[in-house]
Amino acid sequence: MSTAIDIRSVVKRYGTATALHGVSLSISDNEFFTLLGPSGCGKTTLLRCIAGFEDVTEGEIRLFGQNIAGLEPNHRPVNTVFQQYALFPHMTVLDNVAFGLKMKGMGLADRTARAGKMLEMVHLSAFADRLPSQLSGGQQQRVALARALAPEPKVLLLDEPLSALDLKLRQAMRVELKTLQEQTGITFIFVTHDQEEALTMSDRIAVMSQGRVQQIGTARDIYEAPVNRFVADFIGETNLLEVTVERIEGDTARVILPGGHAITCAAVGNGPGKHHISIRPERLSLAATGDLEAVVERIVYLGTDLQLLTRLTTGEEFHIRLQNSARTALPPPGSTVALHLEEGAARLLAD
Amino acid sequence: MKGVRHYPGFLPMAVACLIILYAPLIVVMIYSFNGSTSITTWGGFSWRWYADVFTGPEAPRFKAAAWNSITIAVLAATTATAIAVAASLAMIRGGRFRGKSATFALINLPLMVPEIVVAVACLIFFTTIGLTTGYLTILIAHITFCIPFAYLPIAARLQGIEDTYEQAARDLYASRAQAFRLILLPLMMPGILSGFLLAFIISLDDFIITNFVKGAGMETLPTAIFGSVKQGIKPNIMAISTMMLAVSVIFVTLSYLVNRIGQRTRA
Repeated sequence: MSTAIDIRSVVKRYGTATALHGVSLSISDNEFFTLLGPSGCGKTTLLRCIAGFEDVTEGEIRLFGQNIAGLEPNHRPVNTVFQQYALFPHMTVLDNVAFGLKMKGMGLADRTARAGKMLEMVHLSAFADRLPSQLSGGQQQRVALARALAPEPKVLLLDEPLSALDLKLRQAMRVELKTLQEQTGITFIFVTHDQEEALTMSDRIAVMSQGRVQQIGTARDIYEAPVNRFVADFIGETNLLEVTVERIEGDTARVILPGGHAITCAAVGNGPGKHHISIRPERLSLAATGDLEAVVERIVYLGTDLQLLTRLTTGEEFHIRLQNSARTALPPPGSTVALHLEEGAARLLAD
Repeated sequence: MKGVRHYPGFLPMAVACLIILYAPLIVVMIYSFNGSTSITTWGGFSWRWYADVFTGPEAPRFKAAAWNSITIAVLAATTATAIAVAASLAMIRGGRFRGKSATFALINLPLMVPEIVVAVACLIFFTTIGLTTGYLTILIAHITFCIPFAYLPIAARLQGIEDTYEQAARDLYASRAQAFRLILLPLMMPGILSGFLLAFIISLDDFIITNFVKGAGMETLPTAIFGSVKQGIKPNIMAISTMMLAVSVIFVTLSYLVNRIGQRTRA
């Protein structure tokens, strides 16, 4: 597969503040790639650097081999779906969608036909002559998509496009976005702070924090094999426990849990000493004897799941998720339970 | 919360203010339709003073003055609006630059400086550089003091337009100029029209500065009316004043309406 975007050691500084500290990543053609991170992590800045709204301070951005750093936004074969859509309020839906084609010099008949096709694709043909203000949020969102896809960009950038929609619509749009991406074969770079969005749509995800890429991988990679504390903590729910590392052999480690029990677990980086392991709350079971002991403080009913908020006998807060089945016998609050770690549940993390 | 009507003294205060502000105007309007030559005794309803403005002995003078007033107002408002558009773009889209607050103060200075000071300063300036006072000097002075009036509604409008529209246009292959012409300018248009109309009416109404820089033999409507009144108030002055008032009201209303329509079309 060829490389659509190659970002090489990109640094972005605003005065004395640094928004991006040497970001490098490479995105394949036809990939649905997500930049995920909390607000202020630099994901939107990186997107704006690719679109051309910001200049990079150092480094290169290569689009199919061509260094585009320094090119004006209108000379980059890249289109953006903005967070607030930015549909032109004085133009009809059709004119909005045809705008990019017009600027590229396409004739009136051709661009009207193509814009009409794009509107068909997002199921809005009936709204071609309306003004954007006459559409609902979800419809505006789809017009924005059609407008950005109409000129057939090599890469489509999406800046938190679902954040203004309500939950039901957001879930429907996730599926629609993924389908559109597969239909068009265009590389999507999607920016979000919503991990669920990232996990459900992306081929690969780059988790960003404080202007740096923390980890790049598939949804499964970053959920199951987080490389450091930030990623483990940010993606999904997890229990971080401080443990004493006895020894590390290759990519496994022997660690002593709070309470004295020793286990062998997967490890990244970090030599002996005090470090953290991550244990996903669903990778545990209640047992007669186990690796950890905890006191149940509260049980939260979540429908498909039950969440047990417990405290280890050594004092740390600890969350457990159990599937809600009729057979689940629940320990009453206040009782002490033994927790059994499933195979591969624990993972020693870099700090 | 209590409505403003329930505050003690609201009604008498409001009535007093309205009377002081508008009673003289209403008197002028009524007496412009007076049939008699007296300005104090009512002689029945008549259009004669309106006819007198257009056909009477002073008609050629008023006609020339009106022509000057209108052409100066159009030219001054157009130029001031163009300058105000450029200024608002620099102030609001230009990012941070050295001397930004000083620039803002300079743009709006004509609003703060007493008119008489501007008038004297303009006159001294024009004579110093050797410019003969006349049509051109009036025009230059009018452009100057019209700028802030055009600037304020334009800048307010531009402030409310997010820069993502221009970015979206640039992203969709529009050059800087195209993004401005096809996207930003139409979005700014209600503010621009509103600013133009305001500048137009301010220019049309101006007396003090115009009187200083107009030179001999040159008249605009306000100075012509003043010249006429100095020889005694005749009812035709009331007729012409009423017409000017009507024009002012129409323009200010238009400016307001344009702005309101603009609010509605904003996304």
